[in-house]
Amino acid sequence: MSEIEFLSWVRGPGFQIAVIIFIAGVLIRFGEILLLGRKKNLAEAKGSEMSSGLRTIITRSIPDKTTFQRSTFTLVAGYIFHIGIFVTLFLFAPHILMFKEVIGFGWPSIPTPIIDATAVVTIIALLAVLAHRMSNTVLKFLSTKEDYLVWLVTILPLITGYIAFHRIGTTAPTLLAIHILSVELLLVIFPFTKLMHSFTVALSRWYNGAISGYRGVES
Amino acid sequence: MTINKDKSRFDMTLGETLRSQGISRRSFLKFCAATASMMAMSPAMIPKIAHALESARRPSVIWLSFQECTGCTESLTRAHTATIESLIFDYISLDYHHTLMAASGHGAEDARKAAMEENFGKYLLVVDGSIPMGNPGYSTIAGISNYDMLMETAKGAAAIIAVGTCATYGGIPHANPNPTGAVSVGELIKDKPIINVPGCPPIPVVITGVLTHFLTFGTIPELDHIGRPKVFYGQSIHDRCYRRPFYDKGLFAETFDDEGARKGWCLYKLGCKGPTTYNACATTKWNNGTSFPIESGHPCLGCSEPDFWDGGGFYKALSMPTENITKTAIYTAAGAVAAGVALGAMNKSKKNSATKAHNKTTIDDLEK
Ligand code: SF4
Ligand code: SF4
Repeated sequence: MSEIEFLSWVRGPGFQIAVIIFIAGVLIRFGEILLLGRKKNLAEAKGSEMSSGLRTIITRSIPDKTTFQRSTFTLVAGYIFHIGIFVTLFLFAPHILMFKEVIGFGWPSIPTPIIDATAVVTIIALLAVLAHRMSNTVLKFLSTKEDYLVWLVTILPLITGYIAFHRIGTTAPTLLAIHILSVELLLVIFPFTKLMHSFTVALSRWYNGAISGYRGVES
Repeated sequence: MTINKDKSRFDMTLGETLRSQGISRRSFLKFCAATASMMAMSPAMIPKIAHALESARRPSVIWLSFQECTGCTESLTRAHTATIESLIFDYISLDYHHTLMAASGHGAEDARKAAMEENFGKYLLVVDGSIPMGNPGYSTIAGISNYDMLMETAKGAAAIIAVGTCATYGGIPHANPNPTGAVSVGELIKDKPIINVPGCPPIPVVITGVLTHFLTFGTIPELDHIGRPKVFYGQSIHDRCYRRPFYDKGLFAETFDDEGARKGWCLYKLGCKGPTTYNACATTKWNNGTSFPIESGHPCLGCSEPDFWDGGGFYKALSMPTENITKTAIYTAAGAVAAGVALGAMNKSKKNSATKAHNKTTIDDLEK
């Protein structure tokens, strides 16, 4: 297989397989959650579920003072890499072109050097959270194999993307193909791991708020 | 380009030939300096190149054309007015080239055989075009299949220069579904040094550069992992592209006639394959250094890479998927939702029947 053939495969059939597993997996997981159903609550509602739920989606995304003081590192590093992933994934011109091709519309990009710098910061933040996870006794005890796997498939596209952009080591077609392949790995693993939180985070936060809202207490 | 066997010229060294053509020593040295810089050699090499070229004897060259479009020969012969590069090319003794030679039929084949015998082990073999392995009858010359002619002629060659993407990697004949079973020279010949000079067509100066290197050092230049001389194919088009600052700033032409196109912005979104293509276009340029495709507003097609024809569409940006992912996604979603609803309905009926089958336990039961 030549380099260009490898690249064509990951851009074509490989990507197709990954997208099929990703979409089917995510929908099945969602179906699983939603079809569980909720038991009818026989208690009288003391407040609105909806407004409390929506409010909680926002409030729980902003750390309160004590939480921040207690886990400053986790919060700061966590925010950095989440925002970093968002910027590199959604604001890099070639990525936007890919989205445009699939979903039919695009949006403006930002200059490449900014993406480049963001990628470096994001990689450093991800390395830091791993070091923290492995050095903190409690965290280490709580970590499962899945946690490490998820960390790996998250950092891989960033590292391979950075290397492909700077053409380090081997030739450009192979580097680009490896980068796309690492994204495909992420897509395939995504629905079956805690990466699903990117979709379920809003749902679960809403539900937390909704329970409190129904009971008429502050969430 | 000389096809004949003019004995007096045949015995002259290159230096003598150039002088007989009225080329001054000064312009000859200038050419040597240009060659040294083109081939990324230190200036200290200039006198060595000059000396080697001056005393070089005409090498015999046999040029075989298989499944090709003659574009490579066109590129070479139309490239220059009377420059020294073309004189170098003139200087070689092109003993066989069925497009360019005056002889035909048996005469032509005899010329090939004679050249092979006289210069066995010393001649250079140049090949353009791919070789069909599906059926020997797909492409023949004088009743000889391409495969047989290649194998026979390669035996006595000192080195082989595969010219053009068809000879180097199969090229267009090799494109999906490859009806003739086309293969490259390198796939058939393993025991000779092969220099790949891909491109569709390759830049003429690259061909003469490789010839000059062979004449000067009697060796082949340093090659990359797919057999291309590193001096010409060491950097990607994207790395040397003058539109690169626009790429970095995120300024792209969206169509061929929008404002971005007029301002000369990056052609990535129009499908430019510069980032994955290694060739000398951006530095050496075409038509005597006039310009190169990106300079005239067209994205790079990636012609010097294997399988460039099947690389997923010339006008599709490199980051775009090559299959219809939207359709895939919609079908998958529909399938998954249908499966989900079916599963949900099954669960529900299970739950209902379980509720119905449920027997309440009474105090009496417990006391039994
Ligand atoms: S025009 Fe092509 S080669 Fe030039 S900077 Fe843009 S993508 Fe790279
Ligand atoms: S710009 Fe690209 S496609 Fe055009 S000749 Fe050069 S390498 Fe080939």
